[in-house]
This record gives sequence, C-alpha cells and structure tokens, in this order.
Amino acid sequence: MSNPLSDLLRSYLAVGLFASLGFILVGLLLFLSWLVRPSRPQAQKYISYESGVDPVGDMWSQSQVRYYIFALLFVMFDVEAVFIFPWATRVELYGVFGLVEMLVFIGILLLGLVYAWRKGVLRWA
Amino acid sequence: MDPLLSGNVDLMTVVVVLLKVLVAFAGLLVAVMGMVWFERKALADMENRFGPNRAGPFGILQTLADGMKLSFKEDLLPEKADRFVFRLAPLLAVIPAFLTFAIVPLAGNFSNGNDGVVEILGHKTFMQVADPQMGILWMLAMSSIAVYGIVLAGWSSGSKYPLLGSVRASAQMVSYEAALGLSIATVLLIGGMLSTNQIVAGQYGLRWNLWMTGIVPFFIFIIAGTAELNRPPFDLVEAEQELVGGFHTEYSSMRFAMFFLAEFMNAVTMSAIIVTLFLGGPSGPTFGITGWISDYVLPFIYFFLKVLLFLYMFAFFRGTLPRFRYDQLMDLGWKFLIPLALGWFLLLATVRVAADQGWNLPLTVVVCLAVLAAGAGLLRAAIRNSEHAEAMAAGSVAKDASEVDV
Repeated sequence: MSNPLSDLLRSYLAVGLFASLGFILVGLLLFLSWLVRPSRPQAQKYISYESGVDPVGDMWSQSQVRYYIFALLFVMFDVEAVFIFPWATRVELYGVFGLVEMLVFIGILLLGLVYAWRKGVLRWA
Repeated sequence: MDPLLSGNVDLMTVVVVLLKVLVAFAGLLVAVMGMVWFERKALADMENRFGPNRAGPFGILQTLADGMKLSFKEDLLPEKADRFVFRLAPLLAVIPAFLTFAIVPLAGNFSNGNDGVVEILGHKTFMQVADPQMGILWMLAMSSIAVYGIVLAGWSSGSKYPLLGSVRASAQMVSYEAALGLSIATVLLIGGMLSTNQIVAGQYGLRWNLWMTGIVPFFIFIIAGTAELNRPPFDLVEAEQELVGGFHTEYSSMRFAMFFLAEFMNAVTMSAIIVTLFLGGPSGPTFGITGWISDYVLPFIYFFLKVLLFLYMFAFFRGTLPRFRYDQLMDLGWKFLIPLALGWFLLLATVRVAADQGWNLPLTVVVCLAVLAAGAGLLRAAIRNSEHAEAMAAGSVAKDASEVDV
C-alpha cells in the first residue's frame, strides 16, 4: 500500500484528535480559571485539612497491607484476562481442545483464589 | 475497521473525522451537564424537594453556573503536596473519561443486519469517533488509567483523608475491574468480535446480548461498573461521613471541577458502554423508513433513551441504597462476583463449543450446571472449614489482647 500510515495508526487518528480536543478543553478551562480567580496567599490556607485542627504527625501515614495484597490478587486475574479475551473471540477455532485447556487454566486460577481465601487474605478484620 | 480510513487519508477524510469528533465531543459535554442536572432533579424527586430550579428553565443551567462559580475560586496547593503529581492527577482522571467515549457507536442504521455505515460528505463511515481493532479493550485500558487519576490525587495531596480515600480506591477499582473484564469476555463469546461496531451489529433485531449471554453477566457488569465509577452505593472513595471529601479533599477551584467532570462523564460513558455491550446500542426498528431519519434520528433516539435508562438507574442507586462497608464491598467483589463471573463464562463457553460440535445441548447445559453446583459446593466446604478455624483463632487472639489491656 502506498499509504504512509499503517492500518493500526489510522484507526487511532480519530482517537488522537479526540484526545487533543480533550486536552485543549481542559487547558482552556484551567487557563480561564487562572485569568479570573483571586490569589490571596495566607500561610494557614496551605495547611493540610484535618477537620479544622492543626494536622498531627506524618501525612504519608502507613496503611494496611491488605490493600496491597488485593492489588496483587488482581494481577493474577488481569493476566488471566490476557489469555481469556483472545480465546473468547475464537472459541470455535480451538474447539474441545481449547475448552479443556481453558477449564484447566481457570481451575488452577480458582485454586489460587481458594488458597488466598483459605489463608484469610480476603477477610477484612 | 472504519471504512472511512481504509482508503487513502486525504484532507476530506480528516475533515469528516474532525466533524465526527466535534459532534461527539459537544454531545458528551452537553450530556454531562444534563446528567448532573438530571441526577439532582431525580434525587430531589425521591427526597420530596424541588432540586435546582433557579438557573435557567427548570434549573437546567445549574451545572454551568456551578462550573463558573468554581472557576472564580482560589486555587490552593497544599504545602505538603507533591506539586507535580497534584497538578497531573486531575488530567489523568478527566482525559480517560473523554477517551472511553470515542469507541461508543452513537447512531447508524443497524436494523436487519446492516452494519451501521452512514455517509458524511460523500464518505462512508461509522457514527462513532473511532473503531479501533481492539475495540472494547480500549475501555478497559482507559478505566485502568482512571484508577491512577484517583489514587495519585489522594496520595499527592499529602493529607490523611485523601490518602485513605486513595488506598481505598486502589483496591476497590482494581478488584471490580476483574469482574468487569470477565463479564465483557462473555459478550465476546457470543459475538466473537472486539470492535464495538461489530458488537452492536451482531445484536440486530432484539438479539441483544442482555439475554444472549443469559442476563447474569449484565448484572455483574452493572454492579462492577458502578463500583468502578465509585458511585453510590460503592462511593467509599469519597465517603463524606468518614473521609470529609475523600481523595479530592485538598482540591479546589477548577481542579476540583475536573474531578466532578470526570465522575459524571464516566457515568455517562459507562451507561453508553452498557447499552453498547448488552442492549444493542443505537439499533432498533426503523419502520421501513430509509435515508437520514433511519441513519441518524431514530438510532440516536433509541441510543439516548437506553442511556437515559441507566443514568436514571445510577441516580436511583444514589437515592435509595446505603453505602457498603469496605469489607462487604470486598466480599461482594471477590467472594461472589468473580467466582460467579468465572463460572458463567465457563458455562457459556461450554455451551458455545457444544453447539459448534453438535452435542446434545440440553444435556450439556444440565451437566454444566451440575458441575458448577458441585464446584460451588466444594468451594463453600473448603472455605467454611478455614473460616471456622480462623474465627476461633481470631477469638483467642482478641481474648489475649483484652487481657493485656486490663
């Protein structure tokens, strides 16, 4: 093809335009607001909000590790999606072999979930 | 792929693309303003009050007035904040919200198996901004980026309440994305296509994925989608009673408005995606009419009405359901939605293969359901033992702790 743009790039031409329009709008809004808004700096205004009293201690406090473990579990299911999506669009192509393969794959995955579940990771105590 | 872009890209092509982009963009902005007003009015009706009724007829310009008011407010940057990330986060929230809308088919004649091609300025094209080959995966990708917007906003504020909001957001949005992805996978099983245009085209004549996938994935998608949007009853990220304003506590002026723009834009986009995936998008009966009425007017009316249904649903959720507790939220996601979505996906896949191989379909369904029930039973048994043991252990620990306290 004599076209300088590949098929893939061309289907994103519109997305690119759409995105740039979004950036322009956001930039415009921020700019307009910058033009009209007041600026009267006072030291107290820049203190972190803590319901009206002076903030105590470090602002980046420690949080429970459970949030992190859930994120790790999610990675498991996200990687699985990488295999599931292509297979789901072409089920007939792989027939029974693909189905059995997928059952085994999801079975192992569920085993992982059950393991995490039994370990009490999913309990929010 | 969009027939507009399959030939040479000349100036006219770019003009047509630009035209579509402008229409979709303006439509989305108007829809967002309408959505904010509509939700406030619907909520007011449920709570037996008037709602916005001052700015413009029926208060319809209220959103515009709010936006203007916010732009006149002082923009504060907390001293403890990470300055760069604090400024970046609103953009990361609002731009993906725009971009998801790019793949939604807005109009076009899809009746009787038509593929929704319309003609603009002599060019054949689809009435959607873009139809990339990976189609619906684009939406998943964008919703993943939207997580960053919220998480980074909370983290960069350098304040306690936003930080709590953002760690909540990180686990919540990520958990429900898994269920969301699995329910999309069932739609792909039925249609075999990733492109949103072809997903809609495959649902002509009421062959909606809503029943073709057996309704369950539809409900999974709605629940997971509501959680993904951080809308009530899953709005733990900005739970006012616990976290002041959640992740956007420290934001003010236009940057604060960005988050609200993003939130309502996401609600509109998610409704449009639900309609595209499960309710046949803009397809509907054309009553034998041809020409521009069946190409633009009727499909757009169908699309609008279907989207409105889900916008009302979101407002209804907010007006009627109490907020979930965080442990309930996680339980619903991991212990109910994900196993259910996986099971349903396997069931549909087996039925699909069975139909292809010419097996006895009713028998296959019965066997599958039996296997799924057995699997669910096994799962329950395996979990119950461990939870019992753990509850015992937790009980003894608590007793120890109370003794120490005394």
